[in-house]
Amino acid sequence: MYQALAIVLIGLGVWFLAHNTQENMRIRGIQSGFDFLRASAGFDIGETLISFSPSESYGKAIWVGVLNTLRVALIGIVLTTVLGVLLGVGRFSRNALVRGLCYSYVELFRNVPILLQMLMWYLLFVEVLPAPGEAWNLADLFYLSKDGFAFPRPLQGTGYLMVLIGLVAGVLLAWLWRRWALGAFKKTGRLLKPGWPMLGIVLVGVVAGWLAGGMPTQWAIPEAGRFMIEGGGRVSPEFMAVLISLTFYTAAFVAEVVRGGIQSVSLGQKEASAALGLAPRQTMKLVVLPQAMRVIVPPLTNQYLNLTKNSSLAVAVGYPDVVSIANTTLNQSGRAVECVAIIMLVYLTTSLSTSLFMNAYNKRMAIPER
Amino acid sequence: MTQHFVPIAARPSPVRTRGAVPWVRTHLFGDLRSSITSVFLLGLAIYLLPRLYSWGLGNAVFSADAQACQNMRGVGACWGVVTEKYRLILLGRFPFEEHWRPVLATSMMLAALVVSCIRAFWKPWLALVWMSVLAVFFVLMGGGVFGLSRVRTDLWGGLPLTVLLATVSIFLAFPLSIAVALGRRSHLPAIRSACIVYIELVRGVPLISVLFMASFMFPLFMPQGVSIDVLVRVVVGITLFAAAYMAEIVRGGLQAIPRGQLEAADTLGLSYWQTQRKIVLPQALAMVVPSIMNNFISIFKDTSLVTIVSMYELTGALSLALNSDVNWRPFKIEAYLFITVIYFLFCFAMSRYSLWVEKQLTASKGR
Repeated sequence: MYQALAIVLIGLGVWFLAHNTQENMRIRGIQSGFDFLRASAGFDIGETLISFSPSESYGKAIWVGVLNTLRVALIGIVLTTVLGVLLGVGRFSRNALVRGLCYSYVELFRNVPILLQMLMWYLLFVEVLPAPGEAWNLADLFYLSKDGFAFPRPLQGTGYLMVLIGLVAGVLLAWLWRRWALGAFKKTGRLLKPGWPMLGIVLVGVVAGWLAGGMPTQWAIPEAGRFMIEGGGRVSPEFMAVLISLTFYTAAFVAEVVRGGIQSVSLGQKEASAALGLAPRQTMKLVVLPQAMRVIVPPLTNQYLNLTKNSSLAVAVGYPDVVSIANTTLNQSGRAVECVAIIMLVYLTTSLSTSLFMNAYNKRMAIPER
Repeated sequence: MTQHFVPIAARPSPVRTRGAVPWVRTHLFGDLRSSITSVFLLGLAIYLLPRLYSWGLGNAVFSADAQACQNMRGVGACWGVVTEKYRLILLGRFPFEEHWRPVLATSMMLAALVVSCIRAFWKPWLALVWMSVLAVFFVLMGGGVFGLSRVRTDLWGGLPLTVLLATVSIFLAFPLSIAVALGRRSHLPAIRSACIVYIELVRGVPLISVLFMASFMFPLFMPQGVSIDVLVRVVVGITLFAAAYMAEIVRGGLQAIPRGQLEAADTLGLSYWQTQRKIVLPQALAMVVPSIMNNFISIFKDTSLVTIVSMYELTGALSLALNSDVNWRPFKIEAYLFITVIYFLFCFAMSRYSLWVEKQLTASKGR
């Protein structure tokens, strides 16, 4: 009975909205459909991962935006994890100053809106940094100015591709080795320290790739001209403002997640492992962390998703992420429904795929129950 | 042989474990690594604090004198920008002579918020108080009656708008979230799937896209001739967004109620609604109060996003006040710091309050 009522109500509501929309569009002469994606965009994008020119299509422009969003989100996730874990562990430091510092950081950064922080960082970069002519530089390799941050990067070529392949192979091998070492530990109880050999394996992979690639040595090094910095890799002040504000803001939340996770492991577990003769470091690695991870991972995933969603605020400082490009497209083509739908679709895909992946991970990590 | 009594040496007096010196010894110089860290951090503080002091207070300009500020640029802060512009920043574009109205309305709202936080006032009449406070707020802000001049909602701005958006969204989102959470656990598949779709859809997208929808697409959804105020549209957007998150929190509480209680209620012959109202919700809601408070804090912070769809709440009013003024624009950072302090005070107070509530709740569970 209730169900029928609900279905009828929802159906009516959807019909009402859809009908009104069609009616309005007909009256205002707005065209609908996604065919505009093939039309030429006509605007340029300041910062792209793939080459883009104004004569190319709206579709490609939005794809450039998606890549920009992913770039800032992925780098942000890595940095925020490192900073957040350090801050969270710092809350348990024996040193009162470190504890106090971590506490004040968390309270300060999570109680101020991210948008405000982003605007402030951007303002700092635009106001305080020197003009490109007199950029701050470090060893003539790194330059920091209003123009952004310039750094050396390897010239693109087949040689470096081999290095990259070597790196990936090294990481894969190291992971396999770690699995084998942990398996051996479970069988024999003899603990092989996986840390240093893993690093070694990765290094060997990289060096092997470098040798196989013909030992390339060319780097594109930025050079300070009178008005601008040329060559090398470069990131814009907009990118830095978005990245830094997202990292600092989310790290405060990650720190709280990590602290909660570590606190959730009961004291008895630590005492028991001490009684078994495990060293404090082993206790942390083998007893506390694996259990804390179960508590940490689900909220940590949420924080990663929050970071990705908050990256949409980049529109406020003019970093060309997907929202900002879709917004420009909206203003130019007038296809409001389609553009907002595209934004939502992009984020929904990211969110849903992440939560699917995380659910699978959780299932693997969960304590087997009856 | 006579035996002499030889007293053993007196034991050293026990090391003091209380007081300032022992505290410093254990907490700052406990071991070598800790000592090095302490020395480094103290050194950093000695280096930074005097500089911070001379910038923020020592060399700072407090009077609204743009020339003096310009002279001290880079040496001292220019708090004069706050002295000069605080009314614009705090109240936005509201007509200047009528500023007493938003001030009065906002103080009333804040007073009501503070009162609602005190346990002695958790009585049914509080709802009545809130309704009258909201009514008076809208009358004071909007005017048009009692001889108050009419002020359109697009002139509302600054702190009143921030407080209004946050409060109204929270009040509307809370009941909606309970309904949706119950719906998600309902046995009726149509209702359940509708609620799941709503929750997952909204949680998957950023607030800004919801706000875009409210400001660009909403006019298309309405029948011809019906136009809804942008303030209402934005409130609806924030409410729908916040309710999805809150529904998941409430669902967590609902799931924590043991099945036995539901079965017992069934056995006693209570209907579905009686069970939810008298057995499930009181326990479930009490359990999730801290998380809900956290959600309130994030709604408060999220109201700053409406500036992207051209509403001039605190963040937007600041840009409005400074962007058009060449004299004061260089000192935007000081103005930003000023509203940072406002946001921080609100959010920090809320998080402290949520800790207090949490303590109250666990007190009943303690032995």
